[in-house]
Amino acid sequence: MAKLTVLNPMGYPPKITRKPLAPRLSSLEGKTIYLVDARFDDSELLLREMQGWFADNMPAVKTKLVQLSSVYTKDDPKTWEEIKRNGDAAIIGVGH
Amino acid sequence: MTLDSTYGVPTVSLHTRPFAPAVRSVIRVNGMPRARLAFVPQPVMGKTPAELRAYVDGSDTITGRPVMQEVIEGLTRPIEADDPTDMVYERTTPRLVEPDSEENLHALFQENHWSDQLPIILPTEERVAEMLAHTSHPADEVVGHMRPTMFREYWEYTVEKVAVNAVMAGARPEYFPVILALAASGASARGSTTSSAAAMVVVNGPIRNELAMNSGIGAMGPYNHATATIGRAYGLLSQNLQGGSVPGLTYLGSQGNNYAYNNVAFAENEERSPWEPFHVQHGLKAEESAVSVFTGCRSTAFTLGVRETYWREHVRNMLRGMDPHESPTFLLDPITARQFIDRGGFNTKEKLVAWVQDNARMPAGEYWDYQLIQNYIYPRATFGEEPWASKLKAAPNELIPMFRTEDIHVVVVGGETNGYWRIMGCNYQKTVSVDAWR
Repeated sequence: MAKLTVLNPMGYPPKITRKPLAPRLSSLEGKTIYLVDARFDDSELLLREMQGWFADNMPAVKTKLVQLSSVYTKDDPKTWEEIKRNGDAAIIGVGH
Repeated sequence: MTLDSTYGVPTVSLHTRPFAPAVRSVIRVNGMPRARLAFVPQPVMGKTPAELRAYVDGSDTITGRPVMQEVIEGLTRPIEADDPTDMVYERTTPRLVEPDSEENLHALFQENHWSDQLPIILPTEERVAEMLAHTSHPADEVVGHMRPTMFREYWEYTVEKVAVNAVMAGARPEYFPVILALAASGASARGSTTSSAAAMVVVNGPIRNELAMNSGIGAMGPYNHATATIGRAYGLLSQNLQGGSVPGLTYLGSQGNNYAYNNVAFAENEERSPWEPFHVQHGLKAEESAVSVFTGCRSTAFTLGVRETYWREHVRNMLRGMDPHESPTFLLDPITARQFIDRGGFNTKEKLVAWVQDNARMPAGEYWDYQLIQNYIYPRATFGEEPWASKLKAAPNELIPMFRTEDIHVVVVGGETNGYWRIMGCNYQKTVSVDAWR
């Protein structure tokens, strides 16, 4: 059977540069965890329930619920700086 | 990802189950394949506090382990010792596909999601060369960059890559400058949004007649070779040159959108329009040729004519029925365009747009309660961005404008068999010169 040669229709992807994860905490006891509401599809309501879970099950963990400053499509250095300054860890949701 | 890698704050991100493949792909292409994740059931939207607490108390929908165990371990489990953090992965795309039979190649293109699931014209070197002969730009010139969402990486493409997709769509070589202009817009016709959006293409200028494009009867339908294949080419080049449009991975539209087969490509009926052409409104001369791209095409309202007694109420009703996060583009048959002048004195498109902006209103309480307004506009309003910040001050029953003037557009299309007209909910992106790609 005759073989055809055709061109590949896909574009050219960029290179991937690995980025490091932050070192993890040895324990959450006494730590401050920021719960970051992505302001999308009732995310805040889910995070409030997660905040309630910590209060019920790990009362030694401090939690603070904050919202992104603007829509989730915009970077938010102001919030990141606050979390870095005053927090020990973060849970962000819901990314769909 | 930024919080974890740039600010050094250990972070876990929460997602819902259907997005697991897409999330894993996004963290991988952003260089963090071992980012810590947890997945709850879908949907979160519209659930009661008790139901959401059950999500938190329940199992991760991907791993099966308790959600809170995933969260806590995500923040405390040490980073894997073998996690390479200083590597750069080069990626590329081969120019040619492994030679094979015609039948096998058709199957391959379909299986790889390189087609729109309809038969394509195989892009042999001969066919691509014929396409390339219709532009003065060299085959290896970079045309632009596209990506399906802002969370993914931009892919790059050349004139030759656009030609490959133009051949696949069945476009004739003389259509190539129009297709290159669409590729140069950088606006993907295969944007990934759970709302299932498509694109719309309006062609203006002499190119319409050079290519025998249709702006009259059936202009937005499958009745003209140029518009059918140009619109199709725009879709194919978008999905392939941006790195894919694969359901669940790089396309998350919940219902899909049938407009996407041809991306509502048509020529404006400049000859029968009482107003200036769309591209002239955007800075080009009438004798120049251009394409204008709209994305986010999801909704269509329509009616017949512009009635004498209640035309204002009829138009307001159509606008009031739109999701205010969409923007209205009026697609008017020439009969209707003239009727708008007769009824309201709108002897320019700008006057009609001004009337629409002033009359498309809804109570502020209802406006702010729309989910898409909550997702995309309310955060910008609370951030102080206008005009939305001022709208926050309105009383719940106060009628506030739904749209900004700059988001309302008017295009004339149709063959005057009757005065039907439409409002397409979509977002204008840009107008690109076709002449620059000849």
